[in-house]
Amino acid sequence: MYFLKLIGRNSLRHKLRTALTTLGIVIAVLAFGLLQTVVDAWYAGANAASATRLVTRNAISLVFPLPITYRDRIRQIAGVRSVSQANWFGGVYISERNFFPQFAVDAATYFDMYPELVIPPDQLQAFLRDRKGCIVGRKLAQTYGWRVGDVVPLRGTIHPGTWEFVIRGIYQGRDTSTDEVQFFFHWQYLNESLRRSQSQLVDTTGIFLIDVDDPERTAEIARAVDATFRNSLAETLTETEKAFQLGFVSMTEAIVVAIRLVSFLVIVIILAVMANTMAMSARERLAEYATLKAIGFAPGFVRRLILGESIAISLAGSALGCALTFPVAHLFVSRMGTLFPVFQVSAQTVALQIAAGLLIGVIAAVAPGIRAGRVRIAEGLRAVG
Amino acid sequence: MMIEARNLSKSYRRGGQVVPVLSAIDLDIGAGEFVALMGPSGSGKSTLLNLIAGIDKPSAGVLRVNGLDIASLGEAQLADWRARAVGFIFQFYNLLPVLTAFENVELPLLLTRLTRRERREHAETALAMVGLSDRMKHYPSELSGGQQQRVAIARAIITDPEILVADEPTGDLDRVSAAEVLDLLERLNAQMGKTIVMVTHDQRAAEAAHRLIHLDKGVLINGRHAEAAHDAPASS
Repeated sequence: MYFLKLIGRNSLRHKLRTALTTLGIVIAVLAFGLLQTVVDAWYAGANAASATRLVTRNAISLVFPLPITYRDRIRQIAGVRSVSQANWFGGVYISERNFFPQFAVDAATYFDMYPELVIPPDQLQAFLRDRKGCIVGRKLAQTYGWRVGDVVPLRGTIHPGTWEFVIRGIYQGRDTSTDEVQFFFHWQYLNESLRRSQSQLVDTTGIFLIDVDDPERTAEIARAVDATFRNSLAETLTETEKAFQLGFVSMTEAIVVAIRLVSFLVIVIILAVMANTMAMSARERLAEYATLKAIGFAPGFVRRLILGESIAISLAGSALGCALTFPVAHLFVSRMGTLFPVFQVSAQTVALQIAAGLLIGVIAAVAPGIRAGRVRIAEGLRAVG
Repeated sequence: MMIEARNLSKSYRRGGQVVPVLSAIDLDIGAGEFVALMGPSGSGKSTLLNLIAGIDKPSAGVLRVNGLDIASLGEAQLADWRARAVGFIFQFYNLLPVLTAFENVELPLLLTRLTRRERREHAETALAMVGLSDRMKHYPSELSGGQQQRVAIARAIITDPEILVADEPTGDLDRVSAAEVLDLLERLNAQMGKTIVMVTHDQRAAEAAHRLIHLDKGVLINGRHAEAAHDAPASS
């Protein structure tokens, strides 16, 4: 109790210095949390991937399509529960700034394979009935103020022309890690339209999605799929949904690494600031520490005083930083539009923030603690604060 | 003898050179004595006080306090011994500014097994002895120099130590406050039988002591009794 009282009062001794140091820690921990959340958002797709889903694409590149006839052959492979397909559309809504992913999907099978996309049954039925209908994510609808029945025009970049879709349903994510900024429409509609403009792409798709009955057998089934189409005109590459998503992340890995690096650098910088604050405080109080030692307190007591003060300041700063991360992250993602479909401050990030605060407190106290513990009493008593 | 020094020496190593500070000091201080150490700056009087208080170790010789060879003690043992046997009074009081007068006085008792209630009773008694019962909740910055020194004295006596060591206890005080502090030290010596070793430059402070010990260049010059010293001119 006495010890804690002493730590508390010492922490508030130089109010301005403590306030500025705490503010620095708040900003550093906040920045660390936000940057970590950006990295998490990068991996959100991969982390949300199902263990029972495989993705098959053209072995040469994703930009080359696969014949739709492959679907029936894949379905016949042992262990495959169902097969669906999706095609990247790449349309522009009003301007290029309004980016969100659009997919032409097999309406009959796709949503069965993705139970995490929760659609009211009547809306799903309305979508299935309407060739030009579309299903949009809740966040996407919120961003553009769309409602069921609204018409959404998209300017095709891969498939020229202006495409109009009627919103027939709005899906919600089953949990917070589900991407809610996607746009789905009928693959049949795309395919029929391509007959007039891009006949070479008719009856093709970008990827097949395969639902398997046993997650333990994904590797085996993937090999079987690729073996089926070996030496064909369009050889396939099948991988787990997670690996498929990570493939996209790896394209921007340098950015992810840079963000991670900056987030840790911020912590190192504030660590140096905190260490300086503690060194200044300890140097000013050398005579007091010498007095404590003179009257019988062990060097360990003095070291613990410095450590306690350092941890108290850094934990206060990191707790405040953690608390602020949530509203700031919310503000940040609302300003970013649909760029980050899933932007959540995870429990792991909060734990890392607290751990960073604790680490700052401990490391910053090491040098001044050792010095104050070792100082000769006679020498310390002569020190002027 | 309360304090017994034989052939006591202390030297420091500075820049590869050995600098002697105290040379072959032989000294006896009896229990209940009030001794003033005097001498010019750099004469080694504070070093001798530090050795007696166990906050520094001699380079050579024997130093026994109440029969205990304190030079042979390890750091932790020495800290325990200081907590039990020595009360410190410093020139600049050395109170912790973040603690009240009461808390400062209570501080050494944290090293004992006393209960919180017992600690409170002891601290209140000590503060009453130095006439500061009404200043218990005041922080050092809210007290005058004389009051701060009296708080420091209360802190020094709270554990009922055998020896009080005082390093220039009146050095930072005005004449009135200095007189009050000296009066207090005399009472502690006379009424409670505390052995007091005091370093001072102040002739008036020295007059409060029973015996004056003069040091010059690390050597003991003499050990006259106060009555004789009172007749002699001030050494510094």
